[in-house]
Parts: sequence; C-alpha cells; structure tokens
Amino acid sequence: MTSADPGPVLEVDAIGMRFGGLVAVDSLSFTAERGQITALIGPNGAGKTTVFNCITGFYRPTSGEIRARHADGRVYPLHAMPGHRICEEANVARTFQNIRLFAGMSLLENLLVAQHNKLMRASSFTIGGLLGLPGFARAENEAVELAKHWLDRVGLLHRADHAAGDLPYGDQRRLEIARAMCTGPALLCLDEPAAGLNPRESRELNALLMSMRGENGLSLLLIEHDMGVVMEISDRIVVLDYGKKIAEGRPQEIRSNPAVIAAYLGVEDEEVEQVEREIRT
Amino acid sequence: MAVAAARSEEVAVEVKSAFGTAVSDAAIAAVIAFFLATPILSYKTVEEATSLGLVARWPQVLMGVAAVFAGRLALNLLWPHFGGVVAILKASWARLGAFFHAIGGWRTVLGVLLVCTVAASVTGHLAVNRWYDLLLIAPLAVGVWRRSPAWLFLGLALFFPFAPGATRYYIENFGILVLIYVMLGWGLNVVVGLAGLLDLGYVAFYAVGAYAYALLAQNFGLSFWICLPLAGILAAFWGVLLGFPVLRLRGDYLAIVTLAFGEIIRIVLLNWQSLTGGPNGISGIPRPTFFGLEFKADGGFADYFGLPHTSLHRIIFLYYIILGLALVTNWVTIRLRRLPVGRAWEALREDEIACRSLGINVTNTKLTAFSIGAMFGGFAGAFFATKQGFISPESFTFWESAIILAIVVLGGMGSQVGVALAALVLIGGTELFREFETYRMLVFGLAMVMMMVWRPRGVVSGRVPTIAIGKTHRIGGDLVQEGRG
Repeated sequence: MTSADPGPVLEVDAIGMRFGGLVAVDSLSFTAERGQITALIGPNGAGKTTVFNCITGFYRPTSGEIRARHADGRVYPLHAMPGHRICEEANVARTFQNIRLFAGMSLLENLLVAQHNKLMRASSFTIGGLLGLPGFARAENEAVELAKHWLDRVGLLHRADHAAGDLPYGDQRRLEIARAMCTGPALLCLDEPAAGLNPRESRELNALLMSMRGENGLSLLLIEHDMGVVMEISDRIVVLDYGKKIAEGRPQEIRSNPAVIAAYLGVEDEEVEQVEREIRT
Repeated sequence: MAVAAARSEEVAVEVKSAFGTAVSDAAIAAVIAFFLATPILSYKTVEEATSLGLVARWPQVLMGVAAVFAGRLALNLLWPHFGGVVAILKASWARLGAFFHAIGGWRTVLGVLLVCTVAASVTGHLAVNRWYDLLLIAPLAVGVWRRSPAWLFLGLALFFPFAPGATRYYIENFGILVLIYVMLGWGLNVVVGLAGLLDLGYVAFYAVGAYAYALLAQNFGLSFWICLPLAGILAAFWGVLLGFPVLRLRGDYLAIVTLAFGEIIRIVLLNWQSLTGGPNGISGIPRPTFFGLEFKADGGFADYFGLPHTSLHRIIFLYYIILGLALVTNWVTIRLRRLPVGRAWEALREDEIACRSLGINVTNTKLTAFSIGAMFGGFAGAFFATKQGFISPESFTFWESAIILAIVVLGGMGSQVGVALAALVLIGGTELFREFETYRMLVFGLAMVMMMVWRPRGVVSGRVPTIAIGKTHRIGGDLVQEGRG
C-alpha cells in the first residue's frame, strides 16, 4: 500500500448531459469508494443509465468531469477518453441492462474476447501468433485459466464449450459479469444485474457480488430496481430523480428519507404525510 | 336419419367446394402464367434474308398455360396428402444420419474412397501416369486419419489437372476459374463472414491487384513473383485508405459507400488513359516463370526437364499457382480465426457495443479485417492479370462483386468449406452448362430461391468455436449473428 490514502475509485464531478432540449443529467456529483458497493437508484427515467453511459464512455458528458483513480494514485479523466480505452487503461468494465453477450460464440470464447488487448500484445499484434511463437501459446493458456476461474465462480464451467445464446436468462446475466471481470477491472459497473432473475437466482447474485467486493481492490457500482438487492448489499446508495441527486447515504438512511419515498411514490412531501395520516386513521 | 343425411350432404358440399377452390386457384395461376408467357414466348424473332421476321408461337404459350393449370391443380389436390411424404422423408433422413454415425462417419466414407482410389490406380483406370495418383491418394489417407472430408476436396483439387478427361480447356476454364473465385470468396469471407461488414465493392481490390501487377511489370519490368506481394500490399493499402472514413458507417450506408468505391475505381481505370490505357486495357502482361524458367518452345521449362514442349505445362503451372494462393488464403484465415484478432472480428459481428465495453478498438479491428480481405483480393487480381495476359476495366464490374458476395452468402457466412462449395457450384456450374446458355440463368435463379427457402443461412450454417476446454460443440446458425456493418 502507498502511504497516502488513494481516495475514492470514482469521482463524478458536476456532470451534465443534455440531448437537445432534454436535460437527462443535471450537475450530478457523487463518489464511489474503493472496495465498496455503491448503488445508483431512482425511478424510471431518472437518468441512471445515462450516468453509466457517461462513465463508460458511450456518451460524452456535456459538462463536468469524471475521474477514475487507481490504487497507485494514477488518475484517468473518463469524460475525455475514447470508449475502448476506458476499459483497457482506466480498468472500468460494465455490463448492460439488455444483456449483450456474443450469442453465437461459446462461453469460453466470450471470456477470451474480454482479454483481447492482453492477448493481442502477447501475439505481437497477430504476427507472432500467426507464426506460432511460444509466447502467445503461454499467454493463451493463462487467459483460458482465468476464463475457467471465472466460469467456475459463476457456476457455468460445465457449459464452457456451448453457445452463450443457448444459456437461460439468469445464466446469461452471470456470464456477462464473468466476462466483464475477465478484463481485470478496478471498478465494475453493473446495469440492473438482478433484472429478470427469480428470487433464488437473485440471492445467488447477491452472494456473488458480496464475495467479489474488495477482492483485489474491486469496487462495484450498480444500478438496480430490486430494492431487496440494493438494501442488502450496498454500502452506499445514491438516489437520482429527474437527473438530479436527491439523496445519498447508507441504506438505513435512504430507507427513511422522505424525499426518496416521495420520488418513488411520485407525490409531494405533504401529500405523503397526508397519505400516511390517512392510513393511520 | 335426417340429421345423418344432412351431414353427408354437408360433407359432399365441403368436398365439392374444396375441389372448386382448387380449380379456381389453378385458373388464377393459369391466367397469371398467360400474362407472363405472352411477352416472353408469344413471338420469336428470326433472321430472314434482309430483315428480322417474327414467328408466332401461340401453341407454346397455350401449352405453358395448360401445364401451369394442370400442375397447380395437381399440387392443390395432392398437397393435403403431402405431410406423410415429408414425414417419411424426414424420418429416412434421420435414419441415414444415424447409419452414417453407426458406420463410423467420415472416416469410413473416406476409407472406402481411399481403397477404391488405390484399386483404380493399380488397375490403371485413374490417370495416364501412375505417379500422379499419389496427389489424390495421399490427401485421402490424411483425411481418413483426421476424419475430415476437407482433405478429399484438397486431393481432388491437387489431382484435377491429371485426372482422365481433364483437357486444357477444362483446366483453364473450369479449374483455374473456380479456384480464382474460391480465393476471392475466402478473401471476402474475412470481411463479410467473420467481421460482418457488408462490402459490395470487393472487386475494387481485385482490380487494384491486377492493375498493380500489370503496371509494375510494364513500367519497371518486375517479375510476377516480386509483384505478387506488392499487389497484395497495395490492395491492402487501398483497403485501409477506404476503410478509414468509411468504417464509421454501419449497415446499409457501408454497403452503399463500398459499392460506390468499386465503381469509382473502375471509372478511374476507364478514364485515366495515359496510365491504364483506358478501355483498351493493358496487354502483353508477362507470364509467371518457374524458378526463372519460362514456358516457351526453346530453352524453356520443357527443354530444361527434357520434356516435349506443350502449352499444357503453362496451364497446369498456373493452376497450381492459384491453388497454392487459395490454400494460403485458407490457411491464414483459419489461423487468424484462432488468434485474438480473429475472435475480435467475430465478436464485432456479434455485438459491436459489447466489444467497445471490453476495450476493443472497434475501428482498428474493422480496418484489419478490411485490409486483410483486400490483400487477398489483390493477390487474386495479380494472378488474374498474369493468367489473362490482358486486362481491361470490363473485367471489374459490379457484377463480379455481386457474384463473390453471392458465393460467400450462399456458402454460409464464415464457413471456409461452404464458400469453396458455393464457388464450385456457382462458377463451375455455369461453366459446365455453358451449352445450355438460355436456361442457365433460369436454373441459377431457381437454385438461389430454393436455397433461400430451405437453407437461408447458406450451405454450411453455424460455426465451430475456435477453442474448447473439452469437446467442441457446433453452434447452430440461428444463434450466430450476421453483423450489421
């Protein structure tokens, strides 16, 4: 460890994102602490996925800065980096709300594609690989071992040589997490990992995420609708509504925050109180 | 009783109406056939002494219409009974497959072929000179050992110039031509089949290769073997040059721009008279030499080896050059598929956004696919120039691009064996049936339609994973994406 505290793994600093006249995210700031699980929640259309797309380089924020900070103190300005370098250099990986696997490739191939840059260098940018130099074979074996490790972690090792598109929905979600982990991320961004899972699968996912947290300094940032998942595993929660942050804190604090309840019920504060009064009487 | 009578009457009415619908449907088909046949069949132009005359052929039109009516009626009436036939066919097909596996699959089939070939060779039925038979027997033996039918095709390809009945005409117009298209198909397969980029102007790189060799040979006196790599490199360079601005486009837009690029190259070749000779083309392109030996009457290849001189030597040599080039293309493609770059191509075809999220530089990866495909096109172009000895822009029209793309799509995108088979059927078929010129395109079109109905993903659909921990499982064509540019 370095002597100084490296600070939070991700700093989102007053980012704004507008599409034409629509303000999807409005000067939003939050941080994701190292080795913790940070959840981003909010009603539909609150701008959560937009924030994700800004962090992972699919959108470029119209204003503000996003910084990823490695444990060794290096800082990467994510808002100004091309999309593919965010994963390669800043080690920020992500999954997608609507699963994006390589359906026609086997599970193992999916996880090897995730290690593309490492393997490209090992194959001396194809030329060494084409000539069959031994360095590449070794690197590929290591890549396969890493892939096997993650397939085992998500419980899909027995399906390694089958097509990813043939997997049931819940398995596809877990495979996508394994694929993102094969890129060796410092920060893993999960876009609704529990969507469409049954309660058992959801519990398994919780256990998996909890076991991954802090492993090799891994931090997690997740968007989630399933409050059971969010409240159980998150260390910190950031609540968005209409592109603005309305609350931030530990799960217990968020649970009792009137602004959050109002945002989810879609009514004003006084009305909530009124509703509560009516219920009591 | 009354109820039963009424019911039987009902049934009779139903049968009658079913027959009535069948007849009226057939009548409609006949009317359509009449309207279609009238402009095509009714009058034929014949040359008379001084002018063109017309011969009416109404009987043919009527016969056609009657045939359509009868056929459609028979189909309508028999179709309900067809289900059983289809079921029987399917069951026997499945049984055939089970039998195939029971007897040991490809190993047995190839083994039987090997025994037959050896027997034919020993009894002197196979070739004129026994020594050549090894060209067929050796790959077959490897095929038995490796359980792969691909070796059978390799053996047939190697043996073809010495096969009984392979005349100069067949080697040149069937063998060499098919192999050129096999190579072009394999080259385009990298771009369309693996990377999923729809390229409608592949012929441009073929043209660049051909003109690169022709111009280098004419202006600098360079030999074929020096120009061959240069032509490939130049074509790859043009691939990169075109790719940089274009590969940001997707799907239809990419197709349109590549189509335009193909035409631009052709029109530049047509109009840059001072360099390319315009529509007159370039003639007198030097032939390839065999380690410095030319194929000529005195002091050439035949003299050196003490053989009687015949022009067949040069043709056979050309055949083996293109076979070698095609095999190199195949070997490189198969190896690239197993390297990270090849997997990235296929991943790109599956999902470009996911690729970006995994840190793959999408533009660079597309560029490598585009330029490697272009390079193979350039090699084929240089070979085409040296084979013809004369090139002109006429050889590089959009029609060529369309044929090559058809080969890749019909063969099954991404499948090497499928592409080779499609080239053999499409190019070889049209060459073999040249005598039936009138009906050739009709059969070709019909074959295409039937393919699209029964095997929409090509002859060989699906793909085999490039790496496996345990047993490799073939992935069905329905899961494999086609790419959206």
